[in-house]
Amino acid sequence: MAEHLLTVRGLTKRFGSNTVLKDISFQVERGEVIVVIGPSGCGKSTLLRCINALEPIEGGEVLLENDVVNPGGKNLIELRQKIGMVFQSYDLFPHLTVLKNITLAPMKAQKRKKAEVEAEAMALLERVGLKDKAQSYPRELSGGQKQRVAIVRALCVHPELLLFDEVTAALDPEMVREVLDVMLNLAATGKTMIIVTHEMRFARAIADRVLFLDGGDIVEEAPPERFFTAPETERAKRFLETFEFKSVKARPATP
Amino acid sequence: MDLNTEVLTQYLPLYQKAAVLTVKIGYFGIVLAIVIGLFCALIQYHKIPVLRRIIAVYIEISRNTPLLIQLFFIYYALPKIGISTNAESCGVAGLAFLGGSYMAEVFRSGLEAIPPIQKESAYSLGLSPLKTMFHVILPQAVSISVPGFVANVIFLLKETSVFSAISLMDLMFTAKDLIGLHYNTIEALFLLVVFYLIILLPVSVLGSLLERRVRHAGFGS
Repeated sequence: MAEHLLTVRGLTKRFGSNTVLKDISFQVERGEVIVVIGPSGCGKSTLLRCINALEPIEGGEVLLENDVVNPGGKNLIELRQKIGMVFQSYDLFPHLTVLKNITLAPMKAQKRKKAEVEAEAMALLERVGLKDKAQSYPRELSGGQKQRVAIVRALCVHPELLLFDEVTAALDPEMVREVLDVMLNLAATGKTMIIVTHEMRFARAIADRVLFLDGGDIVEEAPPERFFTAPETERAKRFLETFEFKSVKARPATP
Repeated sequence: MDLNTEVLTQYLPLYQKAAVLTVKIGYFGIVLAIVIGLFCALIQYHKIPVLRRIIAVYIEISRNTPLLIQLFFIYYALPKIGISTNAESCGVAGLAFLGGSYMAEVFRSGLEAIPPIQKESAYSLGLSPLKTMFHVILPQAVSISVPGFVANVIFLLKETSVFSAISLMDLMFTAKDLIGLHYNTIEALFLLVVFYLIILLPVSVLGSLLERRVRHAGFGS
């Protein structure tokens, strides 16, 4: 039997009277890449925030291996170090250089040695092509560069699970690719990831499994090939159609 | 305008002594005000029950009563309930009482200007709430607060001029005293203005430098 890194069981999340996530259950194996897709407002981002205990939950539980991840729970700080998260809006710390952004948590939260952390940070920055930006401030970087730094910052804490919350949604099209490439690279090295995205072709390329969320439910769960070519549910079909454009051919050729 | 230079040189040592007192009380009062302000701002930012209500009441009282009245209260009323004070510690306490609320509001608005996601991204990196506050939120909040903070420091230093009312021998007291004694009004007031400028202009210049520095240190993420 495969080893489950993450177990989400019966997760229910409400904002007031609005139930955002209804009794969600799924498991993630070590090394697996899960892509969560669905229409806006379906609860994708909330799901990631609940997994990282940034939101209190009203029912069910989130387990990392055998530890309960719960706001206010014990070991939460250690558990969060095992769950990295990258946000849509990068959220680098604007008062710190790129290098200090990356080394802050390893040095202050994990009490690791400065020299060791900096060496690792520089190696990771080199891998994402940003070694020369180590001493820059976030405001001096482009969106794509900031997002790559944010990924490196999350990686440097050595998380076992990485959560990506629409990390390319705020980027210009030509910058999307550089960020997606970094993520494809991570998948290739066997990182366990849960990715919320609207990039359908990327989802298809990177996913081991697709979760389709709608109205706070997992409506469909399938390997990417099957999901994208032959979705089983009507709702998934309709959702995927919104990404297709019927061509307007047979226009008279302009001289 | 004829300034009698003889009178000026004669008065100068008195003003110097008074200026030292003004700066001393201003310094201790403002340092205390910063401590009180930071404490109050953090309580309000974290919405700590009960304490935040008490602090809200303090801020309203402190901001909506004149410093002169606050000083009278500390100087004349407190000894009646057995708390004895001398004029100098009264001055420091009065300035801290008034300045605390002004500083609290400046720091609180700085804290609230930091988007919550900064906190969340620090948490998700495994930083504790305390370390997040110390390394991520406070440095940014303080930078945002700098312009208001500098304005407060200048305002509080100027407010020290009411200390003469509790017979502290500060600059204002000295000037009034000398005018009463010798009627050299022009010389006395001239020196008063000069000495306030000597104290406040460097603060103002340092303040602008500080503002430029923190702005340079990375905003507009």
